[in-house]
Amino acid sequence: MKVKEILTEKEGGKLFLLGNEAAVRGALEGGVSLVSTYPGTPSSEIGDVFYKIAKDAGVYFEFSSNEKVALEVSAAAAASGLRSFVFMKHVGLNVAADSFMSTVYTGVKGGMIILSADDPSMYSSQNEQDNRIMARLAGIPLLEPSNPQEVKDLMKFGFELSEKYEIPVLMRTTTRISHMRGVVELSPVIKGKEKGYFEKNPEQHVVVPAYAVKMRKKLMEKLGQIKEDANHSSLNKIVDKGGKSLGIITSGGAYNYVMDVVSENDLKVKILKLAFSHPFPEEAVLDFINSVDNVLVAEEVEPVMENEVLAIMGKYNINKKVFGKLDGTLPRIYEYNPDIVSKGMAKVVNKVLIDREIMSTNLPLPVRPPVLCPGCPHRGTYFALKKAIKKLKLKEEDIIYSSDIGCYALALQSPYKMADYCISMGSSLGIGCGFAKATDQKVISFIGDSTFFHAGMAGLVNAVHNKDKILLVVLDNRITGMTGGQTNPGTPVDGMGNPAPEVSIEGIAQGSGAEFVRTVNPLDLKETEKVFKEALQCEGVAVVITKYPCAMLTDAENRKKGINIKYTVNQENCIKCLICVKDFTCPAIYIKKDGSVNINPLLCDGCGVCVQVCPKNAIEVKK
Amino acid sequence: MKNIYKIQLIGVGGQGTIKASTIIGEAAMKKGLNVVMSEVHGMAQRGGTVITEFKIGDADSPLIEEGAADLMIAFEPSEALRAINKVNKNSFVIVNSSPIIPFTVSLGISEYPELSSIFEELKTKINHLIIIDAQKIAKEAGNIISENMVLLGAACATPGFPIRKELIIKSMKENLPPKSLEVNLRAFEEGFSQIGDN
Repeated sequence: MKVKEILTEKEGGKLFLLGNEAAVRGALEGGVSLVSTYPGTPSSEIGDVFYKIAKDAGVYFEFSSNEKVALEVSAAAAASGLRSFVFMKHVGLNVAADSFMSTVYTGVKGGMIILSADDPSMYSSQNEQDNRIMARLAGIPLLEPSNPQEVKDLMKFGFELSEKYEIPVLMRTTTRISHMRGVVELSPVIKGKEKGYFEKNPEQHVVVPAYAVKMRKKLMEKLGQIKEDANHSSLNKIVDKGGKSLGIITSGGAYNYVMDVVSENDLKVKILKLAFSHPFPEEAVLDFINSVDNVLVAEEVEPVMENEVLAIMGKYNINKKVFGKLDGTLPRIYEYNPDIVSKGMAKVVNKVLIDREIMSTNLPLPVRPPVLCPGCPHRGTYFALKKAIKKLKLKEEDIIYSSDIGCYALALQSPYKMADYCISMGSSLGIGCGFAKATDQKVISFIGDSTFFHAGMAGLVNAVHNKDKILLVVLDNRITGMTGGQTNPGTPVDGMGNPAPEVSIEGIAQGSGAEFVRTVNPLDLKETEKVFKEALQCEGVAVVITKYPCAMLTDAENRKKGINIKYTVNQENCIKCLICVKDFTCPAIYIKKDGSVNINPLLCDGCGVCVQVCPKNAIEVKK
Repeated sequence: MKNIYKIQLIGVGGQGTIKASTIIGEAAMKKGLNVVMSEVHGMAQRGGTVITEFKIGDADSPLIEEGAADLMIAFEPSEALRAINKVNKNSFVIVNSSPIIPFTVSLGISEYPELSSIFEELKTKINHLIIIDAQKIAKEAGNIISENMVLLGAACATPGFPIRKELIIKSMKENLPPKSLEVNLRAFEEGFSQIGDN
């Protein structure tokens, strides 16, 4: 399949789509006009597809500077009568939360969908928060798809629901839904409105207390009506396998595991699948509970529906057993799979479930942590900084390295070990300010270009104003790297693929009043080390911008130009000092069983920085 | 119990596991079969373990139960052992014999077992084990990068594989750049011919 087919494939056709790709098609079938995001795994591929097709689709798309801005852009479009779609990873909704809460109060005119991609088991995230709870906190209707077909269909439904009640709609996926591929049957693409018109009505759009108190009341009325829709929605369906001793209430990815266990073991149970799950369809759930002897709630991460079920049973004085997370039948943490669900269900059904023999190995297996790529410019930054610290005879164990969210946090690992504290997007500066005040230790903060624009600028301003002694290293690789290479305000291209102004990080740093601001190419180790030595002796805020494109960009550029340089080790000159292996640690350089140092030509990216590292000129271009 | 064919792929980032999986999945869809597949994206883009798993037939979840895979394609020897919990002694297991040694081994913070002991262990556990030097075959076919297609070819030739060769080739044509198609097709055919009577 080619990406374009997500737009061009006709009604009735079938595509093998990723959940994220299905979200794009669903938005297009729903007549979306404006789409915004800040990239975050597991939602990133939605943006990658829009970046490629938005122009042809006649849709406006942007990579906003952060999730809050993205949500605001979409909210304004929806207030102007356009259908809009904003998506982000689960923790992105925390960044957007302030405007998220208020947008639910103000409501919308055109349909607006907010997609939150949660990450159970934290494959690419710092926490496991369950944003179904955010739906309850905000009072927003919630949709939970179980597969790519449902992602697509619920997008369309979501726009209609959103317009019917003039309220944004939250869709919660999980990693396994966003990154699941399945057969999707298509409906026609509808061209959205090109421009909207904003009709002034401060009572609806300005959340001053006098108006907000009215909005709050109206929101509760809306939720009451939407609950009736949820009670009678065909999205909340019963699968009856012929038996009433156990009723299973489930949603999202957990539904898939339940179904596979039920089918494989031919279990006679009754299943209630909830895809329109907030406001919780009390009446439908009550009927279901009354139709079975006992209940199992299978859901991924928090016992959200389980608590709702228990509340309903309390309210109606029903005495039945409820199995789930709270009694330990199923685990509270991490994502589920068929084995975990099967183990849980084995405790509550009167049947011996299929139990296969599981093989294992006693051999030690190599650890493959994510690693800075061959050719990654960050490696030069860290190597040069370490050298400067050593030359100045600073005690490294006393230095606090405050890192941030991005590839450069991989310096956490050996041999660099330059990440001591890292909690959220843009936090390296605020945390750095705190350490600078609370201790006499040297503070070095690291942040990437995209993360700097996202939430780092406020921290820099804070550091300057409060006279903190901090070295800020901005690792500017000209792209949002870890999520796969999306544009950001520092890139000369925007989300539509059009030329765009590059916002200058150096200009922002100078404008903030930082005492020392310098930009350097991190592939030039000597010069970088020199700049760091100066910066480390600065008494105020020093900003060093190490600027060189991400290896993914230079690799693509080299492929296009037919440049194919590889480096090799001249074994006669090599004295096996192992600086390149143990201190520089490029994944392309390795030690053979015979003890010789070699470079894997398949991995070598041709950046040549290792040449500068070698004291004996033993690394040379491969002929 | 329904008839579901379960395939596990495991490799290292950059080896083309997701591409090989997509080719199989689209071929299954074109044949009119239901197919669900799970991919890994994100932090482990290069250098990390990459797993895709899928079920062809009437299944809802793409994740394979432990011990239930009908076929495993391991793009790297040690990775075959990493996913050994997914197969049983009667599964077909195809293993690429070329190791990829991570930097953690050079740093001395992890170990890579002797290749011979990996194969030894696999042989004692798996009845239908197929070890292929996919790198060498791909090189001979024209490009070392085509090792994923060598392994796909071998997989397609195993007994029980639910999709005919012609459909896989058609799917390759739709999913691979025209420039590299010839080399990839050669690699696929070479892989296919590696399978005798297992």
